[in-house]
Parts: sequence; structure tokens; C-alpha cells
Amino acid sequence: MAISNAKLRELYEQMLLIRVFETAAEREYKAARIGGYCHLSSGQEAATVGATYALDAEDLLVTGYRCHGFALARGVPPEAVMAELFGRSGGCAHGRGGSMHLLDVAVGYYGGWGIVAGQLPIATGLALGLVRQKRQQCVLCELGDGAVNMGAWHESLNLAAVWRLPVVFLVMNNEYGMGTSVERASAVTDLHRRAAAFGLPAERVDGDDLLAVIEAASTLLSGARNDRQAAVLELVTYRYRGHSVADPGLAYRTSEEIAEHVKHDPLNRVRALLSETGVGDDELDAIALEVDQSVATAIAASLASPPPPVSELARGMYAPGSAAQFARMLAGAPFGERELVFAGGLGE
Amino acid sequence: MSRTDTVVREETADALASASEVMTYRDALRLALREELQRDEHVFIMGEEVGVFDGAYKVTAGLLEEFGPERVRDTPISEEGFVGAGVGAAMLGERPVVEIMTINFLLVAMDQVVNHAAKIGAMFGGEVRCPLVIRTPNGAGNQLTAQHSQSFEVWFAGTPGLKVLAPASPADAKGLLKSAIRDDDPVLLVENLAIYKERGAVPLDPEFLTPIGLANVARTGSDITLVAHSYATVRALHVAEALARDHGVDAEVVDLRSLRPLDVDTVVASVAKTNRAVCIEEGWPTYGVTAELAARIQKACFDELDAPVERVGMAEVPLPYAKELETAALPGADRIEAAVLATLGLRA
Repeated sequence: MAISNAKLRELYEQMLLIRVFETAAEREYKAARIGGYCHLSSGQEAATVGATYALDAEDLLVTGYRCHGFALARGVPPEAVMAELFGRSGGCAHGRGGSMHLLDVAVGYYGGWGIVAGQLPIATGLALGLVRQKRQQCVLCELGDGAVNMGAWHESLNLAAVWRLPVVFLVMNNEYGMGTSVERASAVTDLHRRAAAFGLPAERVDGDDLLAVIEAASTLLSGARNDRQAAVLELVTYRYRGHSVADPGLAYRTSEEIAEHVKHDPLNRVRALLSETGVGDDELDAIALEVDQSVATAIAASLASPPPPVSELARGMYAPGSAAQFARMLAGAPFGERELVFAGGLGE
Repeated sequence: MSRTDTVVREETADALASASEVMTYRDALRLALREELQRDEHVFIMGEEVGVFDGAYKVTAGLLEEFGPERVRDTPISEEGFVGAGVGAAMLGERPVVEIMTINFLLVAMDQVVNHAAKIGAMFGGEVRCPLVIRTPNGAGNQLTAQHSQSFEVWFAGTPGLKVLAPASPADAKGLLKSAIRDDDPVLLVENLAIYKERGAVPLDPEFLTPIGLANVARTGSDITLVAHSYATVRALHVAEALARDHGVDAEVVDLRSLRPLDVDTVVASVAKTNRAVCIEEGWPTYGVTAELAARIQKACFDELDAPVERVGMAEVPLPYAKELETAALPGADRIEAAVLATLGLRA
């Protein structure tokens, strides 16, 4: 896949941003400025950036809960992602979603979702919506290797196939669903082969090879966009950190295994490509400095962003006009309901 | 209260007084599992990360090592599949104890629970039984957001054919889990994320069982009755102490322990004595456990009530991430106390 040096440099910067951002997120989580669950994607940068780069600006993206990298790669500003992790009103989900539920409709990112495989039928439905609206766009739906054993996976692939829906299911195969290896969870470990059961095209590529990811993703996404051909893309990668920050990640794998993967770090591979094209160490250092500053700025901006007001507890829950429908439900309401839910007119 | 109940309560007190050990709720659950695995070879455990990972919340830690992979079975992420497999194995007299990582993930298996497990005894006319146990934590409070903070045990408690238990103390965690495993019907045992670390005296007698269908007066009082289950009981006990200290109010706390069957007798006896009731739950109160309680109390205690039955629960919104919003939405001590004082006419 032909890619300009300038573009390669840009993608490297994105990958580095994700790595530095995740490192900062881990630190902030341990400092208790981030709560809930926090699933990091360090090690998966090439797969994340490559697949997202292959999307057109108008295409849609849906992911699971390991979603910081996807949000950043899709162009959600780092300060909006960090502010979301901090639970601030400046967050890309207004402080309502946190780490697992990043979203930004303005860039076609329809959400990080928290129930394993729950996002697959939704992505299938987004693709159905695109078809009904005669929009020549497609959906990229990310899921983990753990999600392929859920009924929703089989049902979604079948629907996408029989209805010819423009959706590509990206299986981020990082070898472990939480602490369970693919070998222990899946009868067929070559996960992309499962697409054959539905007659869908599928590819399995080295997810740590940025250019290979871009090439495969571009081919499958354009098939979806132009021919309504659903597909499965399996990206084989590795997560350096535990399942979440709370998991040291060593109960089910060895530190030697992790070290072996770090040797083939996707960032180093792109750095080598850049060096071949004549990008010097001073320029690489400048990129690193820029990324560090960007993450530091994001943290500062997040700290300055106020928490969402309690009066917005019910914001968005029901469509405008619903308050009148609920108005006759107040008599005998449970203690606090009126103040907490109805005071803001159900958030209207 | 029947004489039988009194006898049972005295036995419990005796058991606690004899050989007991202070341990966490989590350790009490593990003790119950270990004792039952030792007692009955038909008992086996399955669920996500229960083995190699030692359990997502470490309830099953060490059991794989002690009992081996046939008795402690790691599953893929496929709740509908392995809950259903539990139903089938139970129909042949096995005693599966299925762990669901959190109650939020039980929804993808709801069809197997509500439409299959709950129906077997009646559909087979008693010829086949389904001695299945499903253990799972409910609860909020860790900024786990909309999809991971729910408490909908009431949905299952509203289903004939199921039994639903919700221990609030380490002793009951052990006693109810053991009763559930020995019971011949499908039982949902609802644990709670916030109680796992709570400590209390737990009888070491392997024959210590907490009866199903028997509530516990966790604190005796004369001015008002607080009725709760699971973590709401812990909240109610703390509030009761504060009420005594700050307002001279002597509150009685009834811990339901069992939602189906529901011990209405104990609740009614308490309210007949105090003439006032505040019912508390972690989940949404509309159509909730507290709604059922209020209906039963007003019918049984119509002449004794000096004030309407009040209810406190989670604000009726999908729980947002930001700590400020989460705190406002949960049935915290301030809201419970305010409801109690209002019911007593001590505050508007």
C-alpha cells in the first residue's frame, strides 16, 4: 500500500500519542483521578491506527470498551478523551461514560460499549440504517477475541451476510479474553475462519504491521462501502498491560512472553520505516516532545473542566417532550425521585 | 413470628457463639463453596475466569488448585451457553454453581434463566428438577457506569419457579450459598461488589445453613422499620446508628436475605410494632423490591400505619460515570436518613 512519508509520520505520531496517553491514564488511575474500569491498549497501536486510518471521514466506528486508542485515532481531541476519563463536563461523553463508553458522533464514533459482543448487533443495525438511507458509507465494528463465542457474534455475521450490509467486523485478537487465552476459549483459534460459515470474506493479518493492517482494512472496508460486502478482519496483536489497570496481567501469562512481544513493538517497526525514508532522530525526538506536551495539556485541560452538574443527572434519557408524558407519575413517587430526576424536567 | 423461626434464629445465634471466625464476605462465600465441593461430588463450579484467574472478584481463588479443572471449569465468554449448560447438567442431578461475573452480564443469559430454568419443575410436573445455583454480584458505587452498575435481582424475584437470595453479611453469605447449593430448585444468589470486603463472624460448622425464606431482624428498634436487602442493609444499619446518635430515633432494620420466597411475616411483625416503614433498595424502586414491600405492608398493616410507607432507591436514570453524578444517584445515607425523618414527621 502506497503511503506518503508525511502520512506515515502522522500515523506514527498517532500511535505514539496512544502509547503516551495510555501510560498517563494508568498513572492517573492509580492516583485515583480516574475511576471505574480502565482498559489500556498499549501494544495494539498499529492495529488501532491502521484500521481507523482506512475509514473514510463519513464512515462510522463502533468499538468495545478498550477504546481510548480508537477515539484518539478517529480524531477525538486528547483533552476530550482525558476529560472523559476524569468524569468532567468537557469529556467527549460529557463525563457520563468514562473509559469504557467514549463516543463522538461528530467524527462518526458511535461508542465504546461495555457488554462483550453487545456492540455487534448495533453495528449491524447502523449498517442497515446506512443502506436504508442510501448512504454509500460503511461501519467498522471492533471487538475482542473473547467476543467471538457470544451468540451476538454469530447472529450479527449472519444478518450482515443475508442482508448484504456494509459492515466490517474487526477482531482485535490480542491472544487473551481477560485472562483466558484464545486456545482455551475457542474451538477454532484462527478466528477469521469463522466468517466462512456465513460466506463472508475474511483476512487475518499481523496487527502489529501498520502497512499490512492498512492494506487489509482498506480492501475490506471499500468492499463494504462500495459493494455492501460485509467482512471479517482479524488483527493479531498483543496487549502489554493487564485486562484492566486492576489486573497485573501475570496470573495467566509470563513476563517472558510479554517481553518477547515488546521486542517486536509496533511503534519501533514504524520508527524503522521512518528512518529508512530519512527521518532523523532529531525529528523523532521532536514528535515525542509534541506528543508529551499534547498529553500534558490534555491532563491540565481535564483538571480545569468542571464536573457535570447534578441537575443534569437525567440529561438525554428521554426525547424532548417526554416530561409532559411523565408529569402524572409524580404522586407517591419514591423519596428523592422528584428532586433527582424530574427537577430538570427529565433533563429537558 | 412462628416458633420455628425463633428456634432457627436461636440456632443461628448458637452457631455464631460456638465456633466462628471473623472473615470477609468473599472468604465466607469461598468457604461455603469449598465445603460443598468436599461434601458432594455432584457440585461443580463454572464461569468466566473462575479458575486460572482465581475469579474476577477472587471468590473462587485457590479452588482450581484444590479441586481440579473438572470441578472448577473456566468457560469462554458465552453466558447464554454456559448458563444453559448448567440448566441441562442440573436436570440430570448435577449441582452446578455458575458464576456470572456481574449481574449485568446475566441479561444475555436471561432466556435460559427465566424461560428455561424457572420452568423445568412445573413443566415436568416435578419429575425433573433443576438444582442450579447462579452466583453473581450486583451493585454500583465504583463509577462503573450505565452498563455495569445495576441491581435488577427484582426481575428474577418476579419470576415464579426461581428462588432469589441476597445475603448482606458474611455469615449469611456462607449460610445462604450452602442452602442454595443443597436446594433442589434454581437459585439466584445475588452478591454485592461493595460487601465483598466487609468482615463479620462466620460459623465454621459445615452444617451451618441459613434458611431460605427467612428474614433477619438485623437491628431491633421501636420507632420505625427499615427494610432492605443486600448492600442496602449495610447502608440501613449505618443510618440506624446515626439516627440513634443524632436524633434519638430507634430504628429496627429487617434484612430480607431472601427475595423469593419473601418473608412477609417478619416485615409485617416489625411494622405492626413500629407503625412506620422505609424500604430501601440499591436498584430502581419503580416496580422494584420496595414496591412489592409497600404493597404487602399497606395491605397487612393498614390499621397500624401512622405514615405512608416510604421508598428509597437508585435515581431512575442509567447511572452516569462522573463521581458527583453517581453519588447523587445512589441511595446514600443522607437520602435514607431524610426519608426516615420525613416519615417520622421530624422533617418536611
